[in-house]
Amino acid sequence: MTPDQARAVIQEKLGVAATGEGAALAVTVPAAQWLTAARLAREALGCVYFNFSTAVDWKDEGLEVLARVENLDAPFALTLRSRLGPGVTACASLTSLWRGADWMERECYDMFGIRFEGHPDLRRILLPQDWEGHPLLKSYAVDTPHPPYR
Amino acid sequence: MEVKGPVPQIPPAVWTEFKDLQEWEKHRQQRPEGDKHSALFEAVTDGIYNFPGGFVVTSLADGFLNWARKSSVWPVTFGLACCAIEMMATFASRFDVERLGMVPWASPRHSDLMIVSGTVTIKMAPMLKRIYDQMPDPKWVVSMGSCANSGGPFRHGYHVVKGVDRVVPVDVYVPGCPPPPESLLNGLLILQDQISHFRRSGKRPAPSAKID
Repeated sequence: MTPDQARAVIQEKLGVAATGEGAALAVTVPAAQWLTAARLAREALGCVYFNFSTAVDWKDEGLEVLARVENLDAPFALTLRSRLGPGVTACASLTSLWRGADWMERECYDMFGIRFEGHPDLRRILLPQDWEGHPLLKSYAVDTPHPPYR
Repeated sequence: MEVKGPVPQIPPAVWTEFKDLQEWEKHRQQRPEGDKHSALFEAVTDGIYNFPGGFVVTSLADGFLNWARKSSVWPVTFGLACCAIEMMATFASRFDVERLGMVPWASPRHSDLMIVSGTVTIKMAPMLKRIYDQMPDPKWVVSMGSCANSGGPFRHGYHVVKGVDRVVPVDVYVPGCPPPPESLLNGLLILQDQISHFRRSGKRPAPSAKID
């Protein structure tokens, strides 16, 4: 499947036009369609490789999750983006499609506090288990005291 | 194409090792402060020291003991970050701290010196503290590099201890990012000079000037 065919499939199934140039596609979907779009990428577009998943904090506009998946045979890459909306921290988990999403979503929960629904083992991965707060949020002060060592 | 969902088999989180660490901390707090000798030893040495002319004996004994201490400072091999590369270079043949009587030893229970070589994160600080607690007295700490001195370039990060002296007492601060082996060697010589003034009373000399 070429990137142009992938664009056509995305336009047909999701009803939105894929942005991006060349073999690097990007598509923005509503939060309700997050799992649907991911399943389309996995099953229809053949993106079997889960590259990474992270989030962006847009302050008042809320969090945005994004995941980059790749079709290694074509090859092309698809970046899925979704705005969760202000104050929303719940998002569908992609671990049922890619097992590699497990640790990425744990890191995302660790740093941004996004609670992935359906994740098998959602706990902190990098920071200590007793850490308070999620440090990559814009509202997190870097000088937050963390006794006894600072 | 049918896609089978993976079934992750991940054991539940059991953090028993943290309970172990808390017990260790409780045990450490029950220990007396400082490097104190037994009451009998203190009484005998005080008696000799206060006897007319007895200070010659204690001074000679102190001199011998301090010479022995400073000539066999064994650093524990404890590398944290990129400073550990320079520390390894110092241990290796070109700079060769073994001619100073320093043998890098892979056990904290045989070691006298901990070279904190690198960034100490808040998650790593309890482990560093635990290694320090496992070392027998008397023991010394060299803070190597900007990160261990003050947090360095990561000082404004959310996860970095702003200086290892918030975790363990530090005797010598070696500046640099990272310090070249010559700098660390100079710091070790300063440490040996400090140890040569290590007195029977257990009082340590003041630490060298802190440079971020």
